[in-house]
Amino acid sequence: MIAADSAPADRSPETGTAADAALEAPTLVMSRSSVLGHLRLVVRYHELLVALVRKELKVRYKGSTLGFLWSLLNPLLYLAVFYYVFEVVLEAGIPNFAVFLLSGLLAWNLFSSSLLTGTGAIVDNGALVKKVYFPREILPLANVGASLIHFFLQLIVMAFALVITRWSVDPAYVWLVLPALIVLLLLASAFAIFLAAANVYARDTRHLVDVLMLAWFWLTPIAYAYSLLASRLGDRSWVMLLNPVTSVTLAMQRGIYGRTYGNPGPDGVPQALIPDENQLWYLRNLGIVGAGALILLVLAVMVFDRAEGNFAEEI
Amino acid sequence: MSVAIDVRDVSKRFQLQGDRPSSLKERVVRRRRGTGSTPFWALRDVTIEIDAGETIGLLGHNGSGKSTLLKMIGGILKPTEGEVRVRGRIASLLELGAGFHPELTGRENVFLNGAILGLSKKQLETRFDDIVEFAELEGFIDTQVRNYSSGMYARLGFAVAVNVDPDVLLIDEVLAVGDENFQRKCLDRVSEFQQQAKTIVIVSHSPDLMRKICSRVAVLDHGRLVAFGTPGTAIRTFREHLLEQQVERRARLEAKHSDQQSDDATAAGRGDSATPSLSHGATQEAKRNFKVRITEIEVEHPHQDRRPYIYPGEPLSIRIRFDADEPVSDVVFGIGIYDNRDGRDLFGINTELLGRDVESVSGPGEVVFEIESVPLLDGTYPITVGVHSHDEGTVYDWSEQRHWFEVMNPDRRVGTVAMPVSVKVSVQHQPPSSTLAS
Repeated sequence: MIAADSAPADRSPETGTAADAALEAPTLVMSRSSVLGHLRLVVRYHELLVALVRKELKVRYKGSTLGFLWSLLNPLLYLAVFYYVFEVVLEAGIPNFAVFLLSGLLAWNLFSSSLLTGTGAIVDNGALVKKVYFPREILPLANVGASLIHFFLQLIVMAFALVITRWSVDPAYVWLVLPALIVLLLLASAFAIFLAAANVYARDTRHLVDVLMLAWFWLTPIAYAYSLLASRLGDRSWVMLLNPVTSVTLAMQRGIYGRTYGNPGPDGVPQALIPDENQLWYLRNLGIVGAGALILLVLAVMVFDRAEGNFAEEI
Repeated sequence: MSVAIDVRDVSKRFQLQGDRPSSLKERVVRRRRGTGSTPFWALRDVTIEIDAGETIGLLGHNGSGKSTLLKMIGGILKPTEGEVRVRGRIASLLELGAGFHPELTGRENVFLNGAILGLSKKQLETRFDDIVEFAELEGFIDTQVRNYSSGMYARLGFAVAVNVDPDVLLIDEVLAVGDENFQRKCLDRVSEFQQQAKTIVIVSHSPDLMRKICSRVAVLDHGRLVAFGTPGTAIRTFREHLLEQQVERRARLEAKHSDQQSDDATAAGRGDSATPSLSHGATQEAKRNFKVRITEIEVEHPHQDRRPYIYPGEPLSIRIRFDADEPVSDVVFGIGIYDNRDGRDLFGINTELLGRDVESVSGPGEVVFEIESVPLLDGTYPITVGVHSHDEGTVYDWSEQRHWFEVMNPDRRVGTVAMPVSVKVSVQHQPPSSTLAS
């Protein structure tokens, strides 16, 4: 069937060049790769990461009328609910509750949506994983990437809140947002990569994560103020910092919301909201969490490396 | 020649589970009980070196591990033991359009799929028009892929994959999709790749395809490499392995069959490798009155001691022994030869047509049909034997595709019929660049 007439005449057989090019790019598929090897692959496939993030964003609201506006509506609806519960019902008395909540909530949304979507990353893309090679960690990382884009979109809501309430941001602290964001991304990536692999072998992971994220949210000072609880714990307030997300949300709140004390309480003393510490204190906490996140990331990649060899069979 | 793919002592173990534990609870419970999974070696100590520019076929029955090996070369599975080295960019055509998202348009999917296959956005932009043209989807490229027909889907998938410009192309029977025209296009593209000295590994069930395009063929049987060589010898090994299994299976079936033989009720399609016999044969079998009984049928060929198959052009005899309790005068013996791939009737002849009229029979006797030369290529060919009256109104006995013979093609001819052929070439101008057809 493959006859002489079917071959286009203009293609000269460039035997040499094709073989030479092949020699330049050796790919090695072994039973194990190092963590650095994984990193190198992710860097090499960064265009795929971008393409998959774009796909996630396109697909998420495909067919819905409001589209990506849902990303903006989501924090607004949260704001309405929490404002009602904390400010109206419980009278927590946090000044400008909207900015306070959003500065922690946006970071949390980034973290939780990374984990929730990242957990299903491998299983949901089963058709792809079974048939095509590419570094599999790109899939959960694409979910983290998509969550990051949503984070930036939701910053628009934050900007509106700041403008409407004429809230001034302290330039001496606002830059904390950047290291906090980096630490948060490291942490989210570590969890997403680990959970994506775990979910292939035990599908309960997804449901477990659903429930745990709810608990984790309330264990993190987002809807309530850190110092409120810390002052009650006294010497043992360090327990709260065991939650790595706490250090991140605190830095976010310090950087954007900025106020360490709220309105005076019944006793006339101003209510403590977030630790009245200098930049170094926040940076130190972020540094500790960041280092821990790096270790977790390395461990997650090692677990992932062990697991991925059988992804194609287990899905 | 440089080595493009180096598979060294590769083994792959899977955990076989009757019902795989996909929940945490099941996993814990099973571990405690110590039951559940049994290890299964899908591949065992496989070593293959493939040179750059070769086209390699992987042949084997279902579960032989050929797809596992292909996935291992493609990096989709990792070996339990051993090592696989591949040089250059790999494009795997294990499934066309595997990465397509139904909600995205064709255009969006081209970019996504291309990125998955390792192309940069810039590279894709320059090749985009080629891809769309090859897929013949100019009018639909901005339509959501979920509205595509399966053919359009496959075309776009193939178009993206072949435009990746890989150094190593892995193909898993995907060429079987699409219409004839598209299949031809795919094969043309494969031959172009061959001309450009790309390395191709292809998994297929079709020995014909292998013969046509492969430089070497590797045969896997139960996870082990049993042959790796020229298509002719490798395919022979493959079919010998297949035959052994068939013979065993038939022996088992025959044993079961003879138990039931005593009662007269017969059913169609006994021969298990033959396609379900035509209803005609079934009725013929049901109609027989056993005035003349077939006691034995033997398919003979000169080399049957050494091999269970014949080569194209070799002779074959079909020996029919019969018995008749009372004299029967109106008798014709006939044979039919079928193709078990599609059940097609290839050839039929009987004593009457051969002008060798059987006047009458009584008692035991023998009829031998001697075929001087069997002009057939690869395949399993079931045989039907019938004894009936001249007008076929009475059927004395009938054996519907219970016997068969095998033909093995040692060279690279393709198809069903072995035609004697020679070729003359006369060239008028400068000879064009040669193709792989040689």
